Amino acid sequence: MSRQTPQRRRDAMGWGLAALTRLAGSKAIERAGLRKPVQNVVSAATRSGFRAVGATSRVFRATSRLGKPARLAPAPDAGLFDLTPTEDQQLIVETVSEFAAEQLRPAAAEADTKLAPPDGLLGRASELGVTLVGIPEELGGVGTERSVVTNALVAEALAHGDLGLAVAVLAPSAVSTALVQWGDEEQQATYLPSFVGENVPAAALALQERTPLFDPFKPSVKARRTPKGYRLDGAKSLVPRAAQAELFVVSADLEGRGPALFIVESSTDGVSIEAEPAMGLRGAATGKLLLDKVNLPAGALLGGGKQEVFADVVRLSRLGWAALACGTGKAVLDYVIPYVNERQAFGEPVSHRQGVAFQVADIAIELEGLRLVTLKAAARAEQGKPYAREVALARKLATDKGMQIGSAGVQLLGGHGFVKEHPVERWYRDLRAIGVLEGIVLL
Amino acid sequence: MINLEIPKKAQTLVNQAYQAAAEVFRPISRKYDRAEHSYPAELDMLAALLDGLNSSGEGGAGAAGVRCREDNTKGNRNGGNLSTVLGAIEMCWGDVALLLSMPRQGLGNAAIASVANDEQLQRFAGVWAAMAITEPGCGSDSAAITATATLDGDEYVLNGEKIFVTAGQRADAVVVWATLDKSKGRAAIKSFVVEKGTPGFEVVRLEHKLGIRASDTAVLRFENCRVPKENLLGTPEIDTSKGFAGVMQTFDNTRPLVAAMAIGVARAALEETGRLLAEAGVTVDYDRPANTQHAAAAAFLQLEADYEAAYLLTLESAWMADNRKPNSLQASMAKAKAGRSVVDITLRCVELAGTLGYTEELLLEKWSRDAKILDIFEGTQQIQQLIVARRLLGKTSAELK
Repeated sequence: MSRQTPQRRRDAMGWGLAALTRLAGSKAIERAGLRKPVQNVVSAATRSGFRAVGATSRVFRATSRLGKPARLAPAPDAGLFDLTPTEDQQLIVETVSEFAAEQLRPAAAEADTKLAPPDGLLGRASELGVTLVGIPEELGGVGTERSVVTNALVAEALAHGDLGLAVAVLAPSAVSTALVQWGDEEQQATYLPSFVGENVPAAALALQERTPLFDPFKPSVKARRTPKGYRLDGAKSLVPRAAQAELFVVSADLEGRGPALFIVESSTDGVSIEAEPAMGLRGAATGKLLLDKVNLPAGALLGGGKQEVFADVVRLSRLGWAALACGTGKAVLDYVIPYVNERQAFGEPVSHRQGVAFQVADIAIELEGLRLVTLKAAARAEQGKPYAREVALARKLATDKGMQIGSAGVQLLGGHGFVKEHPVERWYRDLRAIGVLEGIVLL
Repeated sequence: MINLEIPKKAQTLVNQAYQAAAEVFRPISRKYDRAEHSYPAELDMLAALLDGLNSSGEGGAGAAGVRCREDNTKGNRNGGNLSTVLGAIEMCWGDVALLLSMPRQGLGNAAIASVANDEQLQRFAGVWAAMAITEPGCGSDSAAITATATLDGDEYVLNGEKIFVTAGQRADAVVVWATLDKSKGRAAIKSFVVEKGTPGFEVVRLEHKLGIRASDTAVLRFENCRVPKENLLGTPEIDTSKGFAGVMQTFDNTRPLVAAMAIGVARAALEETGRLLAEAGVTVDYDRPANTQHAAAAAFLQLEADYEAAYLLTLESAWMADNRKPNSLQASMAKAKAGRSVVDITLRCVELAGTLGYTEELLLEKWSRDAKILDIFEGTQQIQQLIVARRLLGKTSAELK
């Protein structure tokens, strides 16, 4: 994943071209039977590579709708144990990894300081087609089937660049994926065209609330029925790019009957945003979403308020965090290996000491375990198998081992790990988000 | 396509192994834990059954499953290594010591399967082989082996003492590690098949142990013990450039197997503890945050997460072997994670179950005693960490000691 940074930076156009060149030069494309998604990603990249930036605020309106909502079909059951990604997945991961190495990693420190992603970064990210893969072709995307594994690999690759920026990049996909999976035809027609258009809106899946021992299944935001629809009151916490987001999917307790999801447009009366900087994920520009007597139409309820829909949202989001932890954990491992080999103490590299070397070994062992459990959960999810258990275990490992890796990363660099000259202190802060946050990303 | 479910074709074998574990191993598990050193005669019937399974060509739960077979299958393979590991998990869910005591399924058999040539494989078919590496003066440092093998005519003459030999008394033969030339280091270490009854080969005594008591652990002595030179496994040449490769190759296949043993024991403990907690009114909810659940449920989740990571690392290393991918790193990762996890899991399960866990009424206390050896033999935790670290850091054994 570590590549040399070219002396001159590529611009957006260059990115599209680089991705195309790589695809065109690959043996895979010469072979017959190249699956459709890759071709579609290519055509999408060509389209958007030449585009100018559009308006920043918009009116979401359904123009043409399908007779019934479009969904992605479950992936087929492969039958055999297999850890080799498909050719499509390898190509996508390679492209995203390069983007992470050249666009996210170099921008991470400044984004962390400025509490915002650099200008233009998210536009370039949307050109990668990360969101499009999760939207069916009927709705203008390039997806043909549920691709939870691909999404996990993409999240992992992005988080290897930077966790906070990865969250900023992936936040809109969480909303579009929720609309694809659980939106009705009206909701899909109203909102999804924006996500496949020129200017993907900032959007966020807001489940998190500011309370100790937060349980996403018991939101304190209240939803009451009104003659025209619903009224929401309460607050959500740590919403990525809250100030820029045009669309939210918000969880609320529906009249004491349990959690439900609502689509909230940022322009609705009663919606306000407060900055809420945290220990980490600062590049994601987190904020509070305040909902004060927010009146929503009846069509704002997503997924019919079904409990199994809500459980899926929570699970797929936790899976997203586990995949992100894999990426940042790998970043730590890749960073400490050369450091402990170069750093001298007592006349030899510190890596010649078991106390140092064993910590490196344990990072690798726990990281690989976490990654396998995460992939198992993702594969089960996309094949339509029960996956609640696997998600819970992936989340537990991501929380515990992820933080252990983050801490070891700083420790192995000693005092150098504690200062901002090296990225490990940022990864330490970012990795503490795992296990704290619910929602935000969705695979 | 990424998929971490076990293949459907392995499910017959898994079920057979489970049936044997549940119906043969579990009922006699406590009996042979108490009656250390007495031979579990019940296993003879089961061993015959396993022989049948192995000869069916489907790999199997046995040690022979680790042999690399010619396989022209294109693409992804789920073969003998994976099914062997899956079978071992089930069997050790029943009782790890009894699996170690299964006739013809010793680690020596795995060694033969890994490095023997075709002639040797045929000659030693049906032989129950133990593995003798450790000496009083060397454990993990197998390169420091002092047992010697000297060529004299058509025979090697073996001299030395071996300890911690699993099934050393019961097995028909022992695979003995000895050096052809002490001055040439690791490359000179070779393995020899020594059959029971060979003059100069003596079982000195059996150990009394913390766990795996149903399995006999012997001290062996070789005094001018002569074996045919054809009993040297692999090549007799001392190739210092290849170093330890020959004999160490065994470990790439046996470490996933020992990791699988740990998985089986850990699974048994988790299942039993889950049942006991449910009886006590505590169930694990996979959706609610761990910190809002009963502390025992949160602890259980943590243990189960470690179990799952160890389980998948084990399957990964076996799958890599099936697909001819070099797996030394993954085998050591699996062994390290499974070894430390099974100790932690079984001991925590005893704690969670309280008196029920600590007394001999249930098997939880036994599993926590059995577990400890799994983090020691076939390379200790620390040896696995060394192997992983050296590989990642690009260090030699001289640099990272």
